Order: sequence, then C-alpha cells, then structure tokens
Amino acid sequence: MSRLSTIACRTFGLATALTLGSVVAASAQQPAAPAAPPIKLGIVSFLSGPAASPFGVPGRNGAEIVIEALNAGKAPAPYNTVGFAGTKIETKFVDEAGSTAQVVTEFRNLVQRDQVDAVVGYISSGSCLAVTPVADELKALTVYFDCGTPRIFEEKPRKYVFRPSSHATKDSTGAARYLVARKKDITLFSGINQNYAWGQDSWKDFVGAMNVLAPKAKVDKELMPKLFQGEFGAEISTLLTSKSQALHSSFWDGDLESFIIQSSARGLQKRMPFIGTTAESSIWRLRDKLPDGTIVGGRGPHGPLAPDNELNTWFKTIYMDRYGTPPTYPSYQMALSLLGLKVAWEKAHKAKGSKPTTDEVVAAFENIEYESPSGTVKMALGNGHQGIQATAYGTYRFNKQKGQPELVDVVRFAAECVNPPSDKSSEEWLKAGMPGAKC
Amino acid sequence: MASRGTLIGAAAFAILAAGAPLLPQWLVSLSTIAFANALVVLGLVILWRTGLVPFGQALFYAIGAYAVALLGRYTPVRDVFVVVIAGAVCAGIVAYLVGFLLARYREIFFAMLSLAMSMILYGVLVKTETLGSTDGFHVEAGSFFGWRPQGAMRNLALFWLVLGCCAVAAVLVARYFRSVAGALAIPVRDNEIRVEFLGISVDRLIHLKLVISGILAGMGGALAALAVQHVDPQMAYWTTSGGFVFVTILAGAGSVAAAFVGSLAFELVRSIAVDLLPGAWQLILGSALLLTILFLPEGLGSLYARLRRRKEETAP
Repeated sequence: MSRLSTIACRTFGLATALTLGSVVAASAQQPAAPAAPPIKLGIVSFLSGPAASPFGVPGRNGAEIVIEALNAGKAPAPYNTVGFAGTKIETKFVDEAGSTAQVVTEFRNLVQRDQVDAVVGYISSGSCLAVTPVADELKALTVYFDCGTPRIFEEKPRKYVFRPSSHATKDSTGAARYLVARKKDITLFSGINQNYAWGQDSWKDFVGAMNVLAPKAKVDKELMPKLFQGEFGAEISTLLTSKSQALHSSFWDGDLESFIIQSSARGLQKRMPFIGTTAESSIWRLRDKLPDGTIVGGRGPHGPLAPDNELNTWFKTIYMDRYGTPPTYPSYQMALSLLGLKVAWEKAHKAKGSKPTTDEVVAAFENIEYESPSGTVKMALGNGHQGIQATAYGTYRFNKQKGQPELVDVVRFAAECVNPPSDKSSEEWLKAGMPGAKC
Repeated sequence: MASRGTLIGAAAFAILAAGAPLLPQWLVSLSTIAFANALVVLGLVILWRTGLVPFGQALFYAIGAYAVALLGRYTPVRDVFVVVIAGAVCAGIVAYLVGFLLARYREIFFAMLSLAMSMILYGVLVKTETLGSTDGFHVEAGSFFGWRPQGAMRNLALFWLVLGCCAVAAVLVARYFRSVAGALAIPVRDNEIRVEFLGISVDRLIHLKLVISGILAGMGGALAALAVQHVDPQMAYWTTSGGFVFVTILAGAGSVAAAFVGSLAFELVRSIAVDLLPGAWQLILGSALLLTILFLPEGLGSLYARLRRRKEETAP
C-alpha cells in the first residue's frame, strides 16, 4: 500500500511531510548493508483455472523446491553454488489465468513495478506469443518453461526471450517414430484432438511425421471435439467403427481422463492402442484406470521417461519429500528452465566478476549446453534461444504387485532425430521429409 | 449543473494527459487497457439504462480488435487513427446487422441471444487455423501520422490516444443522454408500451442504442489490440463479456464518468489482488463486487451523486 500512496503523491503533487516521513522510516527498517540484494525472479504459472492442477501447480512446485535447494546450496554439482553465483534468489509468483491483456499487464508489472531480474514462466502458447514482443520492448530477460508453439522463434528472431524446453514438434515426431518402430506394418490410424491451437498443431505435426515415416499409412478418423467437452460418447462410437491400428491424442487432464475412462469401458483400447503425447502428467491419478499398452509421452524425457542420473534422483527425491507425489513433466520443465538460467547467469558472472547485466546474461545464455534432471539441453534453435532435448516414449503398464504405474519398452530418440535443424521451421522440415534427422 | 460535470471531466482528462509522463510506466500501460475497456463499459451503460444487459458485448470488442490485427497483417495500413476508426466502423456494421434480430428481444432473451452471437464468432475464430486458432496472433505496432514511437514513448502515445478517444466518446455520449432519444431510455425500462403510445418505435430506439454501444465496444477492442499487441479468440468469449458486465455493475449506470472511474478501479483492484494473493485473487475481486452491490447498489458513480445531495441538504 505504501507503493500506491507514493504513486498518488507523484501524480497529484500531494507529497506531504507525513508520507515522506513514512518512506524514510520504511527504508530505514531494511537491514543495514546486506551482502548483496537478492536476485528477483518473477514466476508465472496457472494458479487457478483448468490448467492449474495438471500444469500450473506442478510447475510452481518445481520452481519452489529448486529455488529453495539452490538458495541452500544443496543441489548436486555443478549446481551446488548458492542461488545464482552466490546471490540468493527471491521469487514472486503470479497467476497466468485471465485474458491476454491481463497476462501482458502483469508481465509489465513484474518488470517495471517489481523490477524483477528475470521472468520465468508461461504455459499457454497464447501467453508466450503475446509476452514475447513486450519482453523484447522492455529488454526483460524472459524464460518460457512449458508453452509449446514453435511460432515464437520461427516467426522472428528474438533477443531477450529463451525457451530451454523443446517446442511441441518433437512430441509429435517422437510419437510417430515410436509408433512406427513398434508397428512396422501400420496402414491406418486415427486421431482425436481438442479443437484449439495445441490440438490442431499436434495433429498436423503427427500426420506430417507419419507421412514421412510410414507413407503407406492412411488417416481414417480425424476427430476434433471442442476443448473441455468432457463427454465423448459419439466420438467413441465413431472410433469403434474404425479399423485404425492406433489413436493419436494430445488430450490433457480432464478431457484425457474422461476419454480414457469412457473409452476403456467400451473396449476401445483393445482395438487400437491410445498414444497420449501428454499422458505422463495424468498417470499418477489414473493409475489402473489407464489401460495397459497405452503409449505414453510426457513432452520430452521427463518423469518416468527421464534418464537415470544423479540430478534426476535428486529432483525426484526432494519433490516426493515435499509434495508426496512424483514430479510430472511441467515440474521437470520448470527445473530445467531455472537451471539453464543459473548456468547462463553464472557464466556471465564469471566473465565479469560481479553481478551481470541483463544483456550480459542474454549473451551468455545463447547456444549453451547443460545438464538437467531430464538430460542434456542444447540451446540449438532460434539463434541459440530455443533448446532441444532428446525425447522418449514408453508403453504403460500398471504394476499390480507394487501398486505403481510403470513404463516399459521405453525408446529414446536423440534430440537431432526428433527436432528440426536450426535453418528450417518445423513445418518446412516435416514437409521436406525430415531431412538431416540423426537417429 | 451539467456544465460543471463537463468541466470536472475535462479537467480530469487534462490532468491525466499532462501527468502521464510522470507516472510509472506500468501504471500507464494498466490505465491504457482500463480506459480502452471503459469505452466498452460506456456502451453497456447506454443499454443498461433501458434495462438491457448484453452478455455478448465481447462480440463487438473482438471485431474491433481483429479488424485492427487483420489490417496490420494483410494491408500496409498502420495509422492508428485509421485502424481505430476502421475497428469501430466494422463493429458498428456488425451491431447494425445483428441489431435487426437483437432489438426485438428484452431481458434474459436479449442477454442470451447476444451471448450466442459472440460465441458464434468465438467458435469461428477457434476453428480458423490460419489466424492462429486460440493462440491468436501479433498486432503490428501503429504509427501516428507517420510517427513511429518506440518503447516507453509508444506506450505514452497510446495512452494519449486512448484518452483522446475516451474524451470524445464521453462528450458525445453525455450529449446523447441529454437528447430525447437518450432520455427515453429510462421510460423504456419502466414502461415500454407507454413509450410506444407516444409514437416512438422502441425497437428502432434500441437498435440505435445497440449500434452506438457496438461502435464504442469496437473502438475499445481496437485500442486494446494496439495496446496489448496481440489478439486471440478469448476476446470474444463469454467470460470477457461477463467481465464488462462486472465493471458496469461496479461503476453503475448513473453517469458517463462512472464508466471510466469504475474501469480504472477494477483494473487496479485486480492488479493489487494478483499482487497480494496470487492463488486466490478472484476472491478479492468477488468480494469487491459483493460489497459494491450491498452498500452501493447503484455503483461507484452514485457516490458522487450522494455527496452532492448531502451538500445540498446541508446548504442553508
């Protein structure tokens, strides 16, 4: 409130001795000459609305524990320095819910009012597309952690915006590669995706990749129910009439869970295995309701698809200890985004010997390669602003003895196998037949 | 004492315009959006006075915004004055067309039908993949008669543009309220049949009000698109319309000024709520609305009227 009162004073020229006094008193209350002012990070994620429970809250939780561990200097090497280069991190959480105008307004508030050093966040691709030009205008270092659209760096080169998590093309090409590897003789497949940007793009990329990898396979049913429809009786009836050998879907959370429960009651998965590109975020809730044999992806090598390394074990342990459930892919994406920022920050800090400016961190961030709980991240696309990672898909099995979900027959695909090269957009690359893919 | 109200309004706009460079930049951006939305609220107030609550005003808001965005994407037209007028005219035309149907309905039927109209546009936009579906697309930065400000200057210029549009709209709407057609709003709300017996077609009257409110909403949408630099189908969604109704309840339909004060108050309260309670800011907004309905049933605008009445009572 004191901030508001100072604004009112500046506006109307009513700076009375009283408020001046209170401002002086407020500044006097701060501890005298602390070691260094903390690095302020704005963390934006859905804290309310339908995307909060599957993505927003796991993302925020990931940020909370990683930053806590970094501040305590308890992360494993090479991340065992305190905070960023010895300076502690202070966070400010903001809700991403609301209109795009609100998202942009809150971004400006973080940068201009709260003076954060960097913003890490955003789940909706619409938010990322809207924030990008504003971030460049304000020269504010911004790291996206979850949004998937390849358009951000393919439309235009960006200066202050980074996305270490890979974009969505990899999810569809990985799914197609896994399916073709498991079913070499596939001739017919169908898809059910929500009718909005994410669903449309996922399906378009999947069909594009299937055309390259299995040219003989044809699309049978192409279903696009509306977002959050929740009831899929008609779609399931349509699919039951199809002879498809696989069903692609980018459904998430509520729609995914309703579709799985409604369709397994009618035996759909016995006819065609379900390929859920984001199903990993729901396995801990669906448990034995998710039929065995479902092909599960998690927007990259996250969660049970993550490689077995020290960082992953550390991350899983601290997350389980705090929240009681294993981390899902949004938590991993948040962790790798924060670690990327840490690597860049410390590289810039080391070069300069003191707190780096935003431009120095930006320059240090480009083209780096670093380790994360979900494996190596290479900032290879979009002039070094867009990360690529390997991906993995697996087949679901509910282990009744342990009472735990499991992924078996996990296949890993190298980053260069499922991501476009830096000189081509995703769409061009798929149209040209995925040239240069190194598998 | 209408002239006194105009004077106070003019002074407020002048102070805001002159003081903008001294304000922190985030507050300028926030006020730009708030005043762009206030134009939509002003349009709602016009309908509100006849007892009509449109739950689909986002239709015109989105048309105005998409008109600006499409002009930037497919034509070389960048001048902000041209694109804002284009947005307002497009929305006005759509309002005129849907008005033939909407103007025949009242009460909940009017509310639901207008909601349906906006949801049709939402559905079409979501299905249009070339326009980015739900992700929307970027709006090109405008120029002011060839002048292309950057960064903070651009935000200031946009704020002044929005203030200018608001000032013009406020003057014209205040005039309209004093005209016969505007003054008939309350009789229409109270007893439509009597107004018909006066020899006035209520349907045509409401049709006119719809067009005016459509133009205002289109202008608001166009300005919001320029300020946010991004459009998406969410702008046509019913929750956006609901937001405008919310602000109208907060502001009250008593006066033109209330729309601006109410909209600014709403944006400030929302922003502070997000700052204080990131996980439950809606709770603060909801409580603010509830308290307004309980203690100021005629909105924030009635505060001024109350104060004046009290002053008159105490005057000798």
